[in-house]
Amino acid sequence: MTLTVVCFSIWLCLVSLYGLGTCLSKMAGADGDDSLYPIAVLIDELRNEDVQLRLNSIKKLSTIALALGVERTRTELLPFLTDTIYDEDEVLLALAEQLGNFTMLVGGPEYVHCLLPPLESLATVEETVVRDKAVESLRKISQEHSPVDLEVHFEPLVKRLASGDWFTSRTSACGLFSVCYPRVSSTVKAEIRQHFRTLCSDDTPMVRRAAASKLGEFAKVLELDYVKSDIISLFTALASDEQDSVRLLAVEACVSIATLLPQEDLETLVMPTLRQAAEDKSWRVRYMVADKFSELQKAVGPEITKNDLVPAFQNLLKDCEAEVRAAAANKVKEFCENLPEDSREQIIMTHILPCVKELVSDTNQHVKSALASVIMGLSTILGKDNTVEHLLPLFLAQLKDECPEVRLNIISNLDCVNEVIGIRQLSQSLLPAIVELAEDAKWRVRLAIIEYMPLLAGQLGVEFFDEKLNTLCMAWLIDHVYAIREAATCNLMKLVEKFGAEWAQNTIVPKVLGMANDPNYLHRMTTLFCINALSEACGQEITTKQMLPVVLKMSNDQVANVRFNVAKSLQKIGPVLDSNALQTEVKPVLEKLATDTDMDVKYFAQEAISVLALA
Amino acid sequence: MSAISASEKVDGFTRKSMRKAQKQKKSQGSSQFRTQSSLVELSPLPQLKDAPSTEQQDLFTQKLQQCCMLFDFMDSVTDLKSKEIKRATLNELVDYVSTNRGVLVESAYPEITNMVSTNIFRTLPPSENPDFDPEEDEPTLEAAWPHIQLVYEFFLRFLENPDFQPSIAKRYIDQRFVLQLLELFDSEDPRERDFLKTILHRIYGKFLGLRAFIRKQINNIFLRFIYETDHFNGVAELLEILGSIINGFALPLKAEHKQFLMKVLIPMHTAKGLALFHAQLAYCVVQFLEKDPTLTEPVIRGLLKFWPKTCSQKEVMFLGEIEEILDVIEPTQFKKIEEPLFKQISKCVANPHFQVAERALYFWNNEYILSLIEENIDKILPIMFGSLYRISKEHWNPTIVALVYNVLKTLMEMNSTLFDELTSSYKADRQREKKKEQEREELWKKLEELKLNDTALVQNNSHGLQNAQNNNNNNNNNNNNNSNSHDNQDKSTAVGVSTDIQDPDITTATTESTTSAK
Repeated sequence: MTLTVVCFSIWLCLVSLYGLGTCLSKMAGADGDDSLYPIAVLIDELRNEDVQLRLNSIKKLSTIALALGVERTRTELLPFLTDTIYDEDEVLLALAEQLGNFTMLVGGPEYVHCLLPPLESLATVEETVVRDKAVESLRKISQEHSPVDLEVHFEPLVKRLASGDWFTSRTSACGLFSVCYPRVSSTVKAEIRQHFRTLCSDDTPMVRRAAASKLGEFAKVLELDYVKSDIISLFTALASDEQDSVRLLAVEACVSIATLLPQEDLETLVMPTLRQAAEDKSWRVRYMVADKFSELQKAVGPEITKNDLVPAFQNLLKDCEAEVRAAAANKVKEFCENLPEDSREQIIMTHILPCVKELVSDTNQHVKSALASVIMGLSTILGKDNTVEHLLPLFLAQLKDECPEVRLNIISNLDCVNEVIGIRQLSQSLLPAIVELAEDAKWRVRLAIIEYMPLLAGQLGVEFFDEKLNTLCMAWLIDHVYAIREAATCNLMKLVEKFGAEWAQNTIVPKVLGMANDPNYLHRMTTLFCINALSEACGQEITTKQMLPVVLKMSNDQVANVRFNVAKSLQKIGPVLDSNALQTEVKPVLEKLATDTDMDVKYFAQEAISVLALA
Repeated sequence: MSAISASEKVDGFTRKSMRKAQKQKKSQGSSQFRTQSSLVELSPLPQLKDAPSTEQQDLFTQKLQQCCMLFDFMDSVTDLKSKEIKRATLNELVDYVSTNRGVLVESAYPEITNMVSTNIFRTLPPSENPDFDPEEDEPTLEAAWPHIQLVYEFFLRFLENPDFQPSIAKRYIDQRFVLQLLELFDSEDPRERDFLKTILHRIYGKFLGLRAFIRKQINNIFLRFIYETDHFNGVAELLEILGSIINGFALPLKAEHKQFLMKVLIPMHTAKGLALFHAQLAYCVVQFLEKDPTLTEPVIRGLLKFWPKTCSQKEVMFLGEIEEILDVIEPTQFKKIEEPLFKQISKCVANPHFQVAERALYFWNNEYILSLIEENIDKILPIMFGSLYRISKEHWNPTIVALVYNVLKTLMEMNSTLFDELTSSYKADRQREKKKEQEREELWKKLEELKLNDTALVQNNSHGLQNAQNNNNNNNNNNNNNSNSHDNQDKSTAVGVSTDIQDPDITTATTESTTSAK
């Protein structure tokens, strides 16, 4: 069933694609009546009963318009499209997107207002994605309007939307104020401000949400006096809306508004609202404050940060809702980094660190892992001594956390600590944590730790690695899961790049080659995959002397999969070998494989022969 | 908003297994934010029934105030004594307002609403399980239920008390109160939603001035559910209340009500969790049509617009709703929509999913629908015939084939001449269709030949196509060396395969590889 569907849609694609090609060509050819034929077909497709066909044609609308020429696009295609507005949402979405790029196709900026009627209708439909896309396109083409056209055509549209009956048009209007405001006359500006004010106190929460989410953007294009007189009162009202979904959007606006205002006004105009938001009774609002904390911190500046935000941040780190604590924990590093330098260390040590210490043993694993993903970053800020004395115990505790994600997050950020105190301080606790993760029941956890191996190996040094981690790396090669075996292979290559060919020859190669005699064909194939990965890093000598014989021997394997992988391996390592070895050793084997009974083996042997130019 | 943990990102398979492990009932405290910093231990007050009648009112107020104290039920060891006192007091209050007359004096109203508001109005906590599947998962229960239940019970008895006077109560039970009450419908605890349903129903019945407001707010909740969050636990309960409200609408229907039907109820059919409230939703829709049959055409067209494209389970629900509508449809209305409707039904009958086909074919067991079909057989038979005839030969499911034979027989009896004509022309029709399709293909080919110098564009496009096809091929390669699809095929009876599927976490990946290994 699905297969037929797939085939069908591919066919449909084909149909419309070919059509387009033709269209373009016809336009180039432009030979009388004949040229209209494919266009008629395409327009007919826009009316087809099958949604998929309509969708395909609409996605290629620009080609149709190009073929029609600007005149007919304006007089025929656009009116036709304006009628299509009663179509399926999917078609409408594609249409809304297309129209945003239509300026040239209707004759350039001079005629761009022709696009407004269909987009206006699209901006009033129920489906949010369609509406949003229509607004996006309207915003785009607003820039292409001349200031006069903006007032004659665009601004009236915004007004109509803003006073529409149904909430959808008013919601859409919210996104359009800021794009036309800067380029219209002061009387029109006053009207626009009035409309925005009305929408901020609309009685449907959907519209208030839309207005709240555009408040910051609108504030940015307003003159500072109006920001103080208009925006602040709207902001205060939205921030104390009865619905928390509106209040939380005001927090976002707070960042932009605070950036716009001079420092001396912040305390009176913004801070009361922000303080209230940080202690809102709804966790969603507090979450938003936590989530935007770094932005807020930058927007209000160092003094307010010291006096107000530090205690607020402490409260968020101790919030009763885990969701909020996790969001705040995520910001710990950024917050500390952005503290004013003169008092940074003191604030961290006396105010932030005690909260962080508590979070290390939080009851919620998401909180702990959020913390674990940033806590290592504190060491660069606090320097060596503080790190050893205060942070190290926390790292060690998190390395022993019951939740693998927490440990993983610590290990994945080891490089920060390495710069400050060196990783050896941690190695005693690190090892058990790594071993445990390496044997985790979930293969994706194992995969994640493998990816950190080259980094760890680099930081811990070759001796430590050989002693403690080498066995792990080899064990992954015979993991049950292919993805792990693959990653293990890749890991070996990176290790060899780090530790050199000699190390590879002594520690890795013998073990890898030993697997060639494993009873499990999957393990035998792993040998081949490792050789593929290692040959280049190990160089010609090791490849020719040690690896090649093993590969050649495996060409007699009873499993066809192994044999054709031999062919592929030979193709892969061929460039590393010298021509003598290629001619005398590789060529006969490939020729033999090329006559194998299995068609796949033959195929790959032949491919290798031609790629290595041995024919 | 709910945090998807990094471990879930790391391992996409944990959730199901974690969920399985947590099958036991969870409970959750409400998100009270630093409400009371220091708890004062409650001391028991004398029983209301023992107090002299002059002091009863005072004592009643005192007890209401006492019950405003909130406790942390996530901590099951603290304040045990106080919790018990509050429970007993609440019980006593419930008893007091339900058995005594004349206790609801004017001054009690603000105390009562204050006690109720303090206890039940709270921000609901973040959902423990963001992908909560109400059909499969256990709901998270409200930890403070031992108290909250009694508060609801008390409030309900208060509203139902014969002495209850809406004219006094409306000063306290106002728009703000109702708004907060409506927000609680998102509670995950079904017991709470059940109480809320009854309470809101009573409020709607007793407070005429709040009715329009309540309808509008429900409207907003639904619109937000459909277009913004896709999540609201109390949809079914709210629809249930609306069902009875619609029943009472005066005729002719106001524009507001029609708009609600077309712009809220019909789009609601697109929701992901439709199964949870479809029965209530269909009931509301049918209620509307029974009130005003002229709405039938737009409603059915609306349903056809939102007809599920990939979800068979939903399609079955839609068919069920269509049948409910057809049960009450007027023959004149039926004529208006028969063509688009039966085109859809004919597609459903031919659906490879047997439950969809079966549900559509069951229409022919409905006497009233049969009579409608018979009246309009000239229109319907040509629409249905092609699918039915083809399915009778091709459908994989024998039950469906048997049903189709019955349906064909019924249709034949309705108009045998037309049936014979269609049968004899079937082959010719199919051939004509095929020819048309061929012509279409030819046309595109011809158009392609016409092309002059736009090779670049065509190349680009065909390149995209090849990519799409390659993607198809590569799907089963992810788990293996993916230079060629042959790789996966295990050419031998080698031992390795079985060891490759031991890790339960890799099921999706390996089943693909093992199935492709013949």
